[in-house]
Amino acid sequence: MLKYIVKKLFIMVITLWIIITLTFVLMVSVPGSPFNSETNSNEIVQENLEKHYNLDKPYHIQYLLYLKSIITLDFGPSIKQPNQTVNDLLGRGFPISFELGIVTIIVAVISGIILGILAALRHNGIIDYLAMGIAVLGISIPNFILATLLIQKLAVDWEIFPVATWSSPLHMVLPVLALATGPMAIIARLTRSTMLEVLTQDYIKMARAKGLTPWKIIVKHALRNALMPVITIMGTLLAGILTGSFVIEQIFAIPGMGKYFVESINHRDYPVIMGTTVFYSAFLIIMLFLVDIAYGLLDPRMKVNKKEGE
Amino acid sequence: MEKILEVKDLHVTFTTYGGTVQAVRGVDFHLNKGETLAIVGESGCGKSVSSNAIMRLIPSPPGKISKGNILFKGHDLTKLSEKRMRSIRGVDISMIFQDPMTALNPTLTIGTQLKEGLKQHRSVTDQEATRRALEMMELVGIPNPEERMKQYPHQFSGGMRQRIVIAIALICEPELLIADEPTTALDVTIQAQILELFGKIQEVTGVSIILITHDLGVVAKIADRIAVMYAGKIIETGTKREIFYDPQHPYTKGLLNSVPRLDVKEKLKPIEGTPPDLFSPPEGCPFTPRCPFAMEVCNKVYPDSSILSDSHSVNCWLQDDRAKQLLTTMVTN
Repeated sequence: MLKYIVKKLFIMVITLWIIITLTFVLMVSVPGSPFNSETNSNEIVQENLEKHYNLDKPYHIQYLLYLKSIITLDFGPSIKQPNQTVNDLLGRGFPISFELGIVTIIVAVISGIILGILAALRHNGIIDYLAMGIAVLGISIPNFILATLLIQKLAVDWEIFPVATWSSPLHMVLPVLALATGPMAIIARLTRSTMLEVLTQDYIKMARAKGLTPWKIIVKHALRNALMPVITIMGTLLAGILTGSFVIEQIFAIPGMGKYFVESINHRDYPVIMGTTVFYSAFLIIMLFLVDIAYGLLDPRMKVNKKEGE
Repeated sequence: MEKILEVKDLHVTFTTYGGTVQAVRGVDFHLNKGETLAIVGESGCGKSVSSNAIMRLIPSPPGKISKGNILFKGHDLTKLSEKRMRSIRGVDISMIFQDPMTALNPTLTIGTQLKEGLKQHRSVTDQEATRRALEMMELVGIPNPEERMKQYPHQFSGGMRQRIVIAIALICEPELLIADEPTTALDVTIQAQILELFGKIQEVTGVSIILITHDLGVVAKIADRIAVMYAGKIIETGTKREIFYDPQHPYTKGLLNSVPRLDVKEKLKPIEGTPPDLFSPPEGCPFTPRCPFAMEVCNKVYPDSSILSDSHSVNCWLQDDRAKQLLTTMVTN
């Protein structure tokens, strides 16, 4: 097990390094620089600024400087807002984005699984068609369209929820709803199909032959097996929610990391781009790692395979 | 002898898009206490469906017990509520499934799966359940039961898994055990061990067994009585001796002829043809198209049961006096 984790960690570091390098290459190959806007037309000022931020040095030196800043976890100040370091921005934005992400994941997983189970148990019944109808809508409607719809109806027309910002649990409802619907729909569909498959398995029939109650059969025997594929796609869903949150944060004016991320790219604010990319990548990679571990906990067969692999 | 189970005129149908399948079409049989009854027949003849009907485990919809009674110790199981039925499953009647590789839940430990039924039906502490589980594992012949209880199904071989399945079925001391092809998925040496285990279990617990199988070798080893099923009907029943040494129905004879034998150096004689389509079963005897002795009447009217002895009965027109006369004249000519 330890060897497995060490191996995984090594792969994670390599992945991160590839992401950093790619981001750097993309950054320098995109035309424009932080100081190109009309206001900074004075050439000497521009040269001095570039010198200050090491942008006058050859690319490989810049690259090494970036690597150094990442290893020391000090990304330096933002170019656009020199009074703030990248770490300040992350420290302020991340807790909010994290909150949004976590609540979304919890809502999506719980409602998706419940919807999927209900649909499977009432296979080809009204609940099944209803749940799958919702799921198809949820998958096909992009979250930014859903977000505007929700704002128009629930916030503007009916005034049930606040329109935007992030200050109370009530403010969470609309953005979470907009962000969670897609993943929920995917989870519901997957849970339904795996549940239907599991319910025809012999061990379910055996559990019935033992005289267990339907509740016990579903929760203890069926659900755990049906959830394996759901765990598998959790990684992809996490990535989707992460990127989706950039857009949703913009729409709902949530002061999370998404705002800095998008703005930094528009402004070519190199340290912020690097910092947020590395941070997001590292976060996602760690989450995927946790999903892997969870898989091993749910399925006893996985653990042994790992041991045998040692 | 006390009858523990009596099945009367059982009909089971499955409604599908293609029509209604009449999987079981009027099955009668009974089981005495402490006895082993083998239900024999080829795939699709309705033997598994009949056994699932007794447990009321037919998936509904599409399946349905459309007619008939199943009397277990005098109570009609077809009339019980699902809740009442749950208190019978696993407690009074248990079932063993064909494939031990899929009958155990891969994500739960063997111990959990063993104790589960006991905990559901009896108010026992975990300790008592564990002790009982250990006893059962010893009874079915699993070495190091304490250690094995903490393991998962994938750490067991096929034969060991089937032993576990048997232990699970027996843990609440049922009076009736339905074994649906319990040895089909196992290789021959393991088959022999499992069959021996059945004998031992019956000796220790006195449980009555219904054995569903298509393997006459298995039947010869452990059955007391045999019911031969074809196309949703039981066509001949008798003691093991009567069926093996004095088979009356051409289908039973055909079945016995198609068992490979070591002492006869002849080609295997299969029964030609295929069983009828149960979407629209024939009115007469369903075996007619494959029967070497078929007469005109066979196609039109299903024969009544002819009683040959206390235990032996057969549904075949050849038992009719007129057919017997015909046969003797044919032979003398």
